[in-house]
Amino acid sequence: MASKTKNNTIDAKKQLENIESQFEMFQILNEEGEVVNEAAMPELSDEQLQELMTRMVYTRILDQRSISLNRQGRLGFYAPTAGQEASQIASQFALEKEDFILPGYRDVPQIIWHGLPLTQAFLFSRGHFKGNQIPEGVNVISPQIIIGAQYVQAAGVALGMKKRGAQAVAVTYTGDGGSSQGDFYEGINFAGAYKAPAIFFVQNNRFAISTPVEKQTAAQTIAQKAVAAGIPGIQVDGMDPLAVYAVTLEARQRAVNGEGPTLIETMTYRYGPHTMAGDDPTRYRTSDLDNEWEKKDPLVRFRKFLEKKNLWTEEMENETIERAKEEIKIAIKEADDTPKQKVTDLMEIMYDEMPDNLKEQYEIYKEKESK
Amino acid sequence: MAQMTMIQAITDALRVELKNDPNVLVFGEDVGVNGGVFRATEGLQKEFGEDRVFDTPLAESGIGGLAIGLALQGYRPVPEIQFFGFVFEAMDSIAGQMARMRYRSGGRYSSPVTIRSPFGGGVHTPEMHADNLEGMVAQQPGLKVVIPSTPYDAKGLLISAIRDNDPVIFLEHMKLYRSFRQEVPEEEYTIPLGKADVKREGKDLSIITYGAMVHESLKAAEELEKEGHSVEVVDLRTVMPFDIETIIASVEKTGRAIVVQEAQKQAGMASQIVAEINDRAILSLEAPVLRVTAPDTVFSFSQAETVWLPNYKDVVETAKKVLEF
Ligand SMILES: Cc1ncc(C[n+]2csc(CCOP(=O)(O)OP(=O)(O)O)c2C)c(N)n1
Ligand SMILES: [Mg+2]
Repeated sequence: MASKTKNNTIDAKKQLENIESQFEMFQILNEEGEVVNEAAMPELSDEQLQELMTRMVYTRILDQRSISLNRQGRLGFYAPTAGQEASQIASQFALEKEDFILPGYRDVPQIIWHGLPLTQAFLFSRGHFKGNQIPEGVNVISPQIIIGAQYVQAAGVALGMKKRGAQAVAVTYTGDGGSSQGDFYEGINFAGAYKAPAIFFVQNNRFAISTPVEKQTAAQTIAQKAVAAGIPGIQVDGMDPLAVYAVTLEARQRAVNGEGPTLIETMTYRYGPHTMAGDDPTRYRTSDLDNEWEKKDPLVRFRKFLEKKNLWTEEMENETIERAKEEIKIAIKEADDTPKQKVTDLMEIMYDEMPDNLKEQYEIYKEKESK
Repeated sequence: MAQMTMIQAITDALRVELKNDPNVLVFGEDVGVNGGVFRATEGLQKEFGEDRVFDTPLAESGIGGLAIGLALQGYRPVPEIQFFGFVFEAMDSIAGQMARMRYRSGGRYSSPVTIRSPFGGGVHTPEMHADNLEGMVAQQPGLKVVIPSTPYDAKGLLISAIRDNDPVIFLEHMKLYRSFRQEVPEEEYTIPLGKADVKREGKDLSIITYGAMVHESLKAAEELEKEGHSVEVVDLRTVMPFDIETIIASVEKTGRAIVVQEAQKQAGMASQIVAEINDRAILSLEAPVLRVTAPDTVFSFSQAETVWLPNYKDVVETAKKVLEF
């Protein structure tokens, strides 16, 4: 029989409060586009600020077009991105070309801005292997479907960079749901143990398909999960491009200086359905919540900020929209013109050298597919 | 009797067992409010409460381990793996732990868990959703593997699976979820695990198959009938342990057989079935037993899926080789 405890060796309340109080959301631009944290303002030139806005506007159009192309049956698998532009675009904006991105299925915009041709993004959506054949010199891997797998791999990429003495970082993304996977903890722990140059993003858009983040974990923030791995973590306003940019830049700096990985939780929201394959957000989200988050929109807020500085005009906005539409049209055409994927293509990419069983089957499918 | 799709029959079976046995628990990613991504658990949380039907955090290994632990506490867990391509995340829980619980505790403990999971080609999912991995789980002693091909079978088999005292992997072919309706009794009934069903009788050739390939095989049998061949189609329903008696009886009657599976050829169920036929009925055979399978690549990226998947034409072609041997 166990005896009664005499004292509370653990002050549970205090312990958690001490941790949680360190993870207040970091912000630079508020919803009105006003700078609320002058000291933290990143040093971006006017052109860079404009470029960041251009990319966000472009990406919003890409999302709208992708959704309608999907509805017309001209694209396949697609996970909408509207609402998450600041988290996605501003984080990638702080990277260098030699940094390596390991994205999740929703993180197609980041790898496009990191160099993946739009045509390939469309081929990926259509389930054509050519979409995954990343061009030489583009430091990304195709979007991961298995939630969490990219996190452990990022630790490996980062360790490799460290061993090679590269001045580069591994950058990976998952969602609030993804932060429940064993791979999430293993990834941040390995990178921490090796002091490997990695940046781990969790885009907390409050839902994993239908499951709210409150059901995902008892932790009040996802950023605080960094503590157990012995690495720094930060929660940032994921609708604020300047805040996301600033914390990413700092994490990158620490990583290349040999100070190890950082976990960044971006507070954001996806306006659309989970994917285009039949998800109905009205089953699990209220329109009040949608409205609350749409007020925080990253494009609206950044536009206000830039307009006050006379750095953004309606003309520039329209020009960006037109350019996006035009480039999307061309890329879709290129995707249409790409030779259809064959089973024999799949056989060719299975092994370095085709084994006998496949060689035999290759002939059969070659015959079948020539008809 | 009601006309039900397979997905409705599955929901119905879950409802029956949630009502029957207070120890039955249904859980997984998005199975609660959302009713599952295919709506297999539609309305169940509302009807039985969050204590019995609940969402889990996003972690398949966690789901597997949770099921084992709940079983140790006397519950009868019916977890869902959202798509069977994600099962690799839970393989230790399933093959390493659940399958061995009875064995390693000398019979003291068990894992009466039924893992439900959608799989199967033809619906153009992204990677790692549709893979035919039944051979991988069937390779693990301690597990049973069930794959229904009709709404009627799905309900009766799922109820049996839940009542079974050992772990059962219950695989639901996505293409069959809503492809047709069938009369399904509203009351409870069971279909024993390990019993095949002759879906069509014939004299000249036996087609041994399961899952979506049952329908391709039935279509092939009709084609072959037009050319004067009488073809029998045996639906295994339980893939492991499979019904050797029914297979052998059929083969001894027809003298010719082919085995049809949607999975790749390498190290699959079909090879196991062919070996059993050869072991037990070689003297009844008029021709070698051939296989119809997908090729030995990873499940096709969706754009070539239609060619990659075996279909009734492949079945007809192979059947003719055996019939004309
Ligand atoms: C290992 C694994 N389990 C389950 C899924 C199915 N699935 C796809 S997305 C998703 C929810 C992910 O939510 P979150 O991590 O918050 O990312 P978000 O989609 O919100 O960007 C689930 C359960 C999967 N792709 N991989
Ligand atoms: Mg999410």
